[in-house]
Amino acid sequence: MKFQKIAALVGALALAGSLAACGSDDSGSDAGGDKIKIGIKFDQPGLGFKESDGSYSGFDVDMAEYIAKGLGYDEDQIQWVEAVSANRETFLKDGTVDMILATYSITDERKAEVDFAGPYYVAGQDLLVAADNTDITGPESLDGKKLCSVTGSTSAQKVKDEYSKGVQLQEFDTYSKCVGAIENGQLDAMTTDNIILAGFAQQDPGKFKIVGKPFSEENYGVGLPKGSKDRDKINDLIEKSFEDGAWEKAFNDNLGDSGYELPEPPTVDRY
Amino acid sequence: MDLISESGSAILTSFGLTLRLAVFSGIFSLLLGVVLATFRVSPVPVLRWIGAAVVYTFRNTPLTLVMFFTLFGLSYQLGFSFDKDLLYRNNFWLAVLALSVYTSTFVCEVLRAGINTVPLGQAEAARAIGLTFTQNLRLVVLPQALRSVINPLASVLIAMTKNTTVAVTIGVTTATMVNEASGQMKSLMERNSDQILLIFIIFAVGFMILTLPIGFIAGWAAKRFAVIR
Repeated sequence: MKFQKIAALVGALALAGSLAACGSDDSGSDAGGDKIKIGIKFDQPGLGFKESDGSYSGFDVDMAEYIAKGLGYDEDQIQWVEAVSANRETFLKDGTVDMILATYSITDERKAEVDFAGPYYVAGQDLLVAADNTDITGPESLDGKKLCSVTGSTSAQKVKDEYSKGVQLQEFDTYSKCVGAIENGQLDAMTTDNIILAGFAQQDPGKFKIVGKPFSEENYGVGLPKGSKDRDKINDLIEKSFEDGAWEKAFNDNLGDSGYELPEPPTVDRY
Repeated sequence: MDLISESGSAILTSFGLTLRLAVFSGIFSLLLGVVLATFRVSPVPVLRWIGAAVVYTFRNTPLTLVMFFTLFGLSYQLGFSFDKDLLYRNNFWLAVLALSVYTSTFVCEVLRAGINTVPLGQAEAARAIGLTFTQNLRLVVLPQALRSVINPLASVLIAMTKNTTVAVTIGVTTATMVNEASGQMKSLMERNSDQILLIFIIFAVGFMILTLPIGFIAGWAAKRFAVIR
């Protein structure tokens, strides 16, 4: 009796040990190319979003899957990693992720630290207002209005500095709070890149509209570690997605009901 | 050190705002805490129930929720606001309100513990010479109770100073849109992602500069005003 108990214990330990070994094998072989780790946003509906059931959806997610497939990875070989804005460069540099598709604008400052493929999308700063709003027609029409954005973003300050001096700003830690306050009429508008706004409009079709006068240009690129050898291949894949309809499908599947029109595909910049 | 030359004044402004939040919330939470403690030891049952209800509600609710409720519940749904025209002023006072109510429940419980340290004979003697309940509390019990809980009160105030960071939930800013310290830290990290460690250190030191004196002053005051029995 006692022997059986000990045997069972030893068996259980051996099993646990083999499982642990399995786990470490997996993480060790990442560099070998078994898996690809892709950084996305987890909190932007329609772009990069972690659903409550643990699956991922959005335009960036679909584009990332398309690119990963082109590079020879199956869907189950993709490991999604949350990349918030502040740690995108760090993640690429220290190898936490292999590439990033997370509303990542190509800028000269960032180009000094990481490489970019693309752009695969050109967004622009715009305004989201309630569907029945008629007096907000652009960033200059916000005097006396209440404009919302998230802490750490410069987009609302830009509106105040350059377009409407009399605008009042409200900052929240998440965009969804802005959306709630606009829906209930406490705030008048929120501002960030139009495709991000489209993601929120898509969640409640018919309640919101995007003003449609973008006042900046953000080129979303695929962030890669400096000196990545996959860059040309990814650029080819992005161009291919424009031609074979995958790009348009990714947009329509995720943002088709937002009332926001898909613009022309951008020209890939092979710098 | 570009960070300091570029953002130094903004960091100072943000700590100024944090300090203002802490000072106002500190004053109001001490006052409200005394009122609550009075309620909880009062001979009137209704007042005791009210005091207990407030303490149990707010002491056991996360501050983030209290803060969120002041803006989304109190201001947006119920239409209460401190300043109808200026958003930033309304947000500031809503944050002070949330911090004060939340912290006052802790102040109240610390004070009640202090009241329990005052020997029963003191209150009985005060009653015997004809003092009313409020006179008894004001002249005899509370002065002794306060003096024995200076250090625990300082801990509550230090915690409150650090809790001001929760004000970022409702976006508390100055008139020129500088956030309080935690929002400012988030903004800086977003823009200087290569210097995250330095930013952490700057803000950690900033908070220590605000909170360390509270501890030192309390330590000195506890000795200076100790009740000798």
